[in-house]
Amino acid sequence: MKVDTQQGFADGTATAVAGSNEFPVKMDGKNVNVFYGDKQAIFDVNLEIRERQVTALIGPSGCGKSTYLRCLNRMNDTIESCRVTGLITMDGEDIYDPSIDVVELRARVGMVFQKPNPFPKSIFENVSYGPRIHGLARSKADLEALVEQSLRGAGLWDEVKDRLQEPGTGLSGGQQQRLCIARAIAVSPEVILMDEPCSALDPIATAIVEELIDELRQNYTIAIVTHSMQQAARVSQRTAMFHLGELVEVDDTETMFTNPSEKRTQDYITGRFG
Amino acid sequence: MSQHTVTAFEEDMSFLAHKIAEMGGHAERMMEQSVRALVENDLQLARRVVTDDLVLDEALRLIDDKSVLVIAQRQPVASDLREVFAAIRISTDLERIGDLAKNIAKRVEAINEGKHGVRLVRGIEHLCELTLAQLKEVLDAYGTLSTDKLSMIRDRDDEIDAMYTSLFRELLTYMMEDPRNITTCTHLLFCAKNIERIGDHATNIAEAVYYMVEGDRMPPYRPKDDKSHKISVEAGEGQ
Ligand SMILES: Nc1ncnc2c1ncn2[C@@H]1O[C@H](COP(=O)(O)OP(=O)(O)OP(=O)(O)O)[C@@H](O)[C@H]1O
Ligand SMILES: [Mg+2]
Repeated sequence: MKVDTQQGFADGTATAVAGSNEFPVKMDGKNVNVFYGDKQAIFDVNLEIRERQVTALIGPSGCGKSTYLRCLNRMNDTIESCRVTGLITMDGEDIYDPSIDVVELRARVGMVFQKPNPFPKSIFENVSYGPRIHGLARSKADLEALVEQSLRGAGLWDEVKDRLQEPGTGLSGGQQQRLCIARAIAVSPEVILMDEPCSALDPIATAIVEELIDELRQNYTIAIVTHSMQQAARVSQRTAMFHLGELVEVDDTETMFTNPSEKRTQDYITGRFG
Repeated sequence: MSQHTVTAFEEDMSFLAHKIAEMGGHAERMMEQSVRALVENDLQLARRVVTDDLVLDEALRLIDDKSVLVIAQRQPVASDLREVFAAIRISTDLERIGDLAKNIAKRVEAINEGKHGVRLVRGIEHLCELTLAQLKEVLDAYGTLSTDKLSMIRDRDDEIDAMYTSLFRELLTYMMEDPRNITTCTHLLFCAKNIERIGDHATNIAEAVYYMVEGDRMPPYRPKDDKSHKISVEAGEGQ
């Protein structure tokens, strides 16, 4: 098949990637610096997270990926020594502004962690907890519907619909991770942050979560930290490369994995670092 | 460029590069010898070229196997991916060049019976020199990862096409002159066509090398100049 690079493939996939500049910016970081006490972990990072796209954050261990991700929903506030400077906005609004309600912010910017961490409660309660405290359901029936919808969204419903009252910790690792994703989407976030969500999962569970990420992209903005280059290449449309707390480069994922501009990116993704 | 952290990966990649260089040298030699066998009526040399082709077939198999393994085991990206991709493409072109040279060598015997005059093969010799120079240059570019001359080399393919066209015309004229030339000249026409196609493969290699090094396509191609498909010779012409 002959492909005109300007036109993209007939099904529009290449066009969507090539045209990723046109997706509106959902979250924007400007001159972001992060310190743990005296030690600086992030240096002057400028990074846009675009709407309805998956942005992958890659880079060697300790380069600041998790630190940067945690800035986006102010999880770093919970770390005593941590200080963030610069401007981070969501829909143009400064998320570090004193008027911002952090609990509400974290409902709008949900997070999924490396290790699945369900509460030691039932599957149902794991998912219903967030909507309840945020007052998102008016009635029991509302809540049940929301739980079902979230579990379906996370691709877990069919596997757990008959055991909703059993503990979430009794599920397999891959199911637990999808439960955490269901929990994250139950509060209707606009952005979902994922920090190595598949690192504890086998290839099949990983494939299911990756498929899910691709579906979630239709409705959510996603930023994902991953150590798997292949995963970044598969699930993301934009890739940001970090090294020693700096943003080395950010580009369309397709370009990053076929022809990156920066030597540090090239060395890292081809396994030449160290 | 710095080395891969994983030594075996590094070794796989240099295996591919070495094999391509080997195949390139071998293909050049086959082409040069096949035309020399033709010019000098050297049957022995021609037969050697024919058996020599097995070496390229075997090398192509080795490169295929290694490339598939590297993709499966290491999932190469960026420059590594482009290198593997280039190895697959270039080895295919080199194997085809070997086939074309073999085909020239096989014709030496048939032509020998007709005993060509030096005049008939001079054009072929010249066409071969030009094409061989192209092939050498693209293989050098592969070895040195330099792309500055590549588009010039590719554009020079037009010269080969033009020379082939005039050779075509010349051979047709000889056939018109004396029908006893027809067998020999037909074989020579095929030889010339084979050389012209070797030039096309050199162009493919130039494009593959360019992509491997730059991660981008070569700037657009100038239109081709092979007009032999339009040539006809009026009866009576050239007599
Ligand atoms: N709570 C903390 N207190 C002090 N320093 C920290 C803390 N968390 C992270 N750091 C430091 O900040 C830097 C960036 O760490 P971070 O966890 O963001 O890296 P990362 O890119 O996510 O690494 P990994 O891939 O290993 O998860 C490191 O040097 C780390 O030691
Ligand atoms: Mg981390």
